[in-house]
This record gives sequence, C-alpha cells and structure tokens, in this order.
Amino acid sequence: MVSRVSGDVVTDVLRPAGALDGWAGRFAALPDSVTLLAEPFHAMVDVRTADPAALERLVGAPLPGPNAWSGGERVTAIWLGPDEWLLTSPFLSPAELEGAARETGAAALPDARLAVVDVSAQRTTVRLRGAHARDVLETGCAIDLLPRSFGAGSAAVTLLGQSGVVLLGLGPSDYRILVRSSFAAYLAEWLLDAASEWR
Amino acid sequence: MQLIHCPWCGPREEVEFHYGGQAGVAYPADPAVLSDEEWARYVFVRDNPKGRFEERWSHSAGCRRWFTAVRDTVTYRFER
Repeated sequence: MVSRVSGDVVTDVLRPAGALDGWAGRFAALPDSVTLLAEPFHAMVDVRTADPAALERLVGAPLPGPNAWSGGERVTAIWLGPDEWLLTSPFLSPAELEGAARETGAAALPDARLAVVDVSAQRTTVRLRGAHARDVLETGCAIDLLPRSFGAGSAAVTLLGQSGVVLLGLGPSDYRILVRSSFAAYLAEWLLDAASEWR
Repeated sequence: MQLIHCPWCGPREEVEFHYGGQAGVAYPADPAVLSDEEWARYVFVRDNPKGRFEERWSHSAGCRRWFTAVRDTVTYRFER
C-alpha cells in the first residue's frame, strides 16, 4: 500500500518481496499445457518433534508420514525428515504461524519437546500446472512421478534440474514447487527452457 | 543412474546422496593416551575390502539423515 503525503511517496506496509517478482510476463507466454505461476508469499516454519500428533489442532490432521503432505486450507504440513516437518501458510504471517505452532505444540506436549523455527525467507513457491506439467518435471527429476506413486498428497524433497526442491503433488498435473529463494531464478529459467518443448 | 535405498525416503538417485566412509569406526575411549601413530590410524586408515563393505551415507538432497548401508565394492550393488 502506498500513500502520497505532500508529494513524497510513503510506504505504509512493507510487503515481502518475492524471489520471482517480475517473472509473470515470461510465465504468461507459456502455452496452456504448461502453466507456471509464482505464488504469493507463504509463511514457512520448520518444526522438529518426535510426536506427529503434537500439531494436529493447528494443521487439522496428524503430521504426515514420509513423502507426504497433509493439512487444510490455512496450514499445510510437509514431511521433511523422520522428526522434521515444514508448516506453510499463505494466510498467516511468519510470526503468527510460528506463534501458533509454539502454542499448539506446548498445549499438546506440556514438557515442550518441540523446536519451531521461522524459515519463511528460505524458500519461494512456484505452481506448475497443465497437461504437460509432469512431462516438464520428468525431464529433470528422477523420482517416479506417475500418478500411482506420486499423486495428490505426495511430497518429495529431491532434486529438480539439479537444484534442491520440495515437490508437492496437489492433483493430476498440478504441482507446487518450493525452491530456495537464491535458486528460484535459476529454476524458473530451467522450467521455462524445459517447457519450451511443448510450446 | 544407480538408485540408493534411503531408509526414510525410499529409492532415490545416487546424486542425492553424500558418501561418509567406513561405518562403525569407534572413537577412541581415551584419545589423550594415543600415540601420534595410533591417532593417525584412527583418523586416516580405513578398510578397503574387495566385496561387502559397511558404509555411512547421507541423503543430503532429501531428508538429510545419515544411515548405514552395505555395498559390494566389486559390483557396486547395495544390500538392503
């Protein structure tokens, strides 16, 4: 939000800058069979706990097992490791999400064996959709992406085009890619190049 | 490319992993009493078998956890 006070531009609210701000024009030039979208800012919080039930009240489901994600509209939990999960939310601020995770965890685990760290600045979010979305991913990702083994609710921490990503299956031909902000421009360039085959 | 079975994530491509050398090398109970030669042996000297070898691997591009795997150094096949 920008307001003008006697000719000077004053920014009232600082909005988080996305690593892929300014790429919308190039993404828009892609065909409908491969759609790329730099999603709005997602707050992300890394949680480590031994008890997957600890955050059930916040996420709306038990924390997911290996290679899966779970959650509702507000908060999504992604499995990162045997005692590590990533909570993401496009609606809560990083401080709100971190606070909510701490409170929920402390209520469920009174002896507080829970570590919560805000990692919102670490990754940015890209949405890949379209009839050829899987074909694009398969040119640079070694995991089996066939719907029978990687469908809605699947998640994988893996390599895509040699950059480390968290890949989420949202539905048939619908993926969310979480990539480190410093790798986002590289990955966007890689995806645009991979998608050029289906232009 | 070879697939390595991560105990947490399942089969993944070899490039996602980091090699950690021989498994089961115990830290000396009392390092201070070791001679220089004994310490050097602990730090640097490892088995180099032809065949079955227990190794540490880290799934560095995935769950980032260390695990012990048994690999045949002749065929490069992993035992599960």
